[in-house]
Amino acid sequence: MFTKRIIPCLDIKDNRVVKGVKFLSLRDAGNPVEVAKAYDQQQADELVFLDITASFEKRKTLIDLVEKIAQNIFMPFTVGGGIRDMDDIRDLLNAGADKISINTAGVKCPDLIADASRKFGSQCIVVAIDAKLQMLNSKWQVYINGGRTPTELEAIEWARRAAQLGAGEILLTSMDYDGTKDGFDLALTRSVAEAVNIPVIASGGAGKLEHFYQVFTETGATAGLAASIFHYGEYTVRQVKEYLKEKGVSVRL
Amino acid sequence: MIAIIDYGMGNIHSVRKALELYGAKVLVINNPKDLKNCDKAVLPGVGAFDDAMLALKKQDLISAIKEHIENKKVFLGICLGMQLLFTESQEAPGAQGLGILKGKVLRFPDRCEIKVPQIGWNQIKIQNPKSKIQNVCPLLKDIPDNSYVYFCHSFYPAPEDENVIAATTDYGINFSSIIWQDNIYGAQFHPEKSQSIGLRMLENFVNL
Repeated sequence: MFTKRIIPCLDIKDNRVVKGVKFLSLRDAGNPVEVAKAYDQQQADELVFLDITASFEKRKTLIDLVEKIAQNIFMPFTVGGGIRDMDDIRDLLNAGADKISINTAGVKCPDLIADASRKFGSQCIVVAIDAKLQMLNSKWQVYINGGRTPTELEAIEWARRAAQLGAGEILLTSMDYDGTKDGFDLALTRSVAEAVNIPVIASGGAGKLEHFYQVFTETGATAGLAASIFHYGEYTVRQVKEYLKEKGVSVRL
Repeated sequence: MIAIIDYGMGNIHSVRKALELYGAKVLVINNPKDLKNCDKAVLPGVGAFDDAMLALKKQDLISAIKEHIENKKVFLGICLGMQLLFTESQEAPGAQGLGILKGKVLRFPDRCEIKVPQIGWNQIKIQNPKSKIQNVCPLLKDIPDNSYVYFCHSFYPAPEDENVIAATTDYGINFSSIIWQDNIYGAQFHPEKSQSIGLRMLENFVNL
């Protein structure tokens, strides 16, 4: 049976994981390869690495890091953060990333989504959408540049457009729920997952086990992404999966 | 010596490292001459069917791959690399595949209950066609039925000869996820990304 995916997300700065990873109690807790290995052992279904270094000179080191991860971790992983053009995508895929997540560059230049999915295949192009509810008209507005810059795009429409352009997957983050631990934004996730026929990864707000149950039973999301609850050791990936399995959600254990 | 055929369609690091874990000598090759020196070959690949065939053609690898297989040397196609073994694909109408196995590569139907591409972990159901009842695919040695493996694809192969189907997977429809005919092996999923189960398959491949 096809299973729902649980995906830890790792922020990377200058080749190090920058959020706390207490539970791993590794001597070198900031080494992305070691952190990835630990999540591999917990049977995470996939990993997402977001590079927040952003500076051009540091890009080469990101490529080296991706190569190292690919040679040590035999599980799928996505790389994103500051992807600008076809060369960035090609270099990271050649280095061993399975999927590339595009956010700002895709909004500024939608052709990049079309060109990349044609050239490299839809299945490796993830379009990341950061969305925030607008009080004025109750619509979800798309933000770029790491949530700093509002755009005129509406999230559901943008997701639909991205899918038409050839995106293979949507990584949907609720800016309203991110970091709150109040649960995923079910209304946003449901609306986007209904609007597109490609997989949607729900992100932002996971704080308790039941939040994963809610997002998988009340929306069409096929994956749930979380950072802090895993990094700070509140739950292991395995605990989340055991909980879901008990409640009848199909997961890989 | 195991050749990994590098034709610029996706990464080869994980496959290479996995094979080396089990003591294989691996040579990344991009021309027909180097392929001749290897007794096994792996054809990985992501991306479009027609682009891949074009890349193989440009590197003069098409007849070399056919020759490798005709000489009964072991061959493993992964994902797109497996699809290329077939005659043609709905992904690129008009483009010809390697045509080593008869059949078409089809797209998952657009239906609301399944999302396309299939991205994630799904189970393999091991097939035992009557003709091979004593003879499970050697790649699947010590692999339990219904094991989970990682898929990332919109297309799947539909072989004409059902005897080549070594395992199937259910994703809205039931499709061939592992094919096997004599020295030819193919996986629609990514063994190199399927954690311990996938690594065991690659170990089996090294030990063939």
